[in-house]
Amino acid sequence: MEELLEAVAGALGDRILESAVHAEQLTIRLSRETLSEDLTTLRNDSSCRFAMLLDITAIDLPQRPERFDVVYILLSPHMNQRLRVKVATDEFTPIESANSIWPSANWYERETWDMYGIMFSGHPDFRRILTDYGFSGHPLRKDFPLTGYSEVRYSEEQKRVVYEPVSLTQEFRSFDYSSPWEGVSALPGDEKAEEEAA
Amino acid sequence: MAEVQIKPLTLNFGPQHPAAHGVLRMVLEMDGEIVERADPHVGLLHRGTEKLIEHKTYLQALPYFDRLDYVSPMCQEHGFALAVEKLLGIEAPTRGQYIRVLFSEITRILNHLLNTGAFIMDVGATTPMLWTFEQRDKLLEFYERVSGARFHAAYFRPGGVHQDMPKGLDSDIAAFCDQFEAAIGDIETLATNNRIFRQRTVDIGVVSAEQAMALGFTGPMLRGSNVAWDLRKSQPYEVYDELDFDVVVGRNGDCFDRYVLRIEEMKQSVKIIRQCLDMMPGGEVLNEDHKFTPPRRSDMKQSMESLIHHFKLYTEGVKVPEGEVYASVEAPKGEFGVFLVSDGSSKPYKCKIRAPGFAHLAAMDELSKGHQLADTVAILGSMDIVFGEVDR
Repeated sequence: MEELLEAVAGALGDRILESAVHAEQLTIRLSRETLSEDLTTLRNDSSCRFAMLLDITAIDLPQRPERFDVVYILLSPHMNQRLRVKVATDEFTPIESANSIWPSANWYERETWDMYGIMFSGHPDFRRILTDYGFSGHPLRKDFPLTGYSEVRYSEEQKRVVYEPVSLTQEFRSFDYSSPWEGVSALPGDEKAEEEAA
Repeated sequence: MAEVQIKPLTLNFGPQHPAAHGVLRMVLEMDGEIVERADPHVGLLHRGTEKLIEHKTYLQALPYFDRLDYVSPMCQEHGFALAVEKLLGIEAPTRGQYIRVLFSEITRILNHLLNTGAFIMDVGATTPMLWTFEQRDKLLEFYERVSGARFHAAYFRPGGVHQDMPKGLDSDIAAFCDQFEAAIGDIETLATNNRIFRQRTVDIGVVSAEQAMALGFTGPMLRGSNVAWDLRKSQPYEVYDELDFDVVVGRNGDCFDRYVLRIEEMKQSVKIIRQCLDMMPGGEVLNEDHKFTPPRRSDMKQSMESLIHHFKLYTEGVKVPEGEVYASVEAPKGEFGVFLVSDGSSKPYKCKIRAPGFAHLAAMDELSKGHQLADTVAILGSMDIVFGEVDR
């Protein structure tokens, strides 16, 4: 693990904004401006050689001003090492596409756009990928409801599939799994005890 | 006859076509019989698995993994179970690890049997498909005996496996191994040296090693291009480092090499299964820390603490400490990875599934360019695409 951190630090120097090791896995944070350059370095540097981009995804943290963390999962078969690269962005600021560095980025960036609405500049074929033709919204954002907004059915009258707003025959149930005993200072009906204590 | 200029033709391949292996719609731009551009449209089987998992506890999320690549269910449960274990900092007991490896390899044979059978059928021969399905049924019976279900097993749990193997299963698996090599031999006599089969597969869809890595290929697609990269060897998990097996590689990276490689991998899997049966120790199959794994039902009748653990685990679920982790296994199709982010509650904050088939299908354009229309079917067949995992 230390070797890897050394190698990555040697290649990128102070361009690493932050590094974290969790469960023996290294994650580094890079800045959006120099991302493309840094990713190329990670691929080409003789002590890193991250020849494979395994996945691109994002984490949505709506409470932050830059709500998304885009995550690149890299693999170096030569050094037998893995690395995760994170870069922060918001809904409006595009990230440079990694297509010219790893061609596998093509579909992963399309998926990240589809699911989170993160834009990638310089992508050769920037379309949605997994959702329906003509879909709107980005389903993996935290503010997108689990049930979605529209549903389809085959209409016998119109002889085609029609799109309609979702109607639930049973109200959506969100279960609260957290223990009722945690974070409760007074038993229900015993609120007076708390007041007295205070 | 005067020469006639054939207009460039756009052809819609699928989504309902038996050679599309499910629901692939591919828009092909053709120059006569030659493919100029292939544009796969995926997502017809998108069920929002990752979104659903964010709304379930860790244990409730597990069965979704059976439904991704539905021809190799247990390997995917394995990826998720390993990810959760890494977050929790627990491990499966040795017997549990052996059972997991045993069933991972059974799953690999299941998957490769379906793929080779379907692939041979895609290029024109019907019989091997029937034979591979006969063998698959025998393996699915082992699935059923160990988990109660033929496909959607939900057998690998965080912390081990759900139950110990029933009595007599090990000798039946050994008996299966004894007859399996002959069955593989039968398939090989029909296909491997068949002239038509070779004409359809040799030098079709060639990928160089460099190209394969840049395109994010893993598993047989990468090894077929002569890259000896197998997570079971290079980053061993469970007890793979104690087992003796070889990593099979191809030489040319064409469809034929990938077919031969899968046949040979099945033979290696049989070897691993035999070793697992011989070396498997006794003992527990599920981690004994009941803060994370459910207690045995017999204990619950006697012990109050076990009852409380059971109640807590099946209502609130396991509270997983904050952090993020990426765990991957060598699934039959390639590297199957799970990227989990936990916020300290009993539901995953985010779960990204890295499906090997997604990267493979993304390269369809590159691989089929310049080939004939019929070759796209062979290329698709050799990629081993299952839409459950591509679309998620």
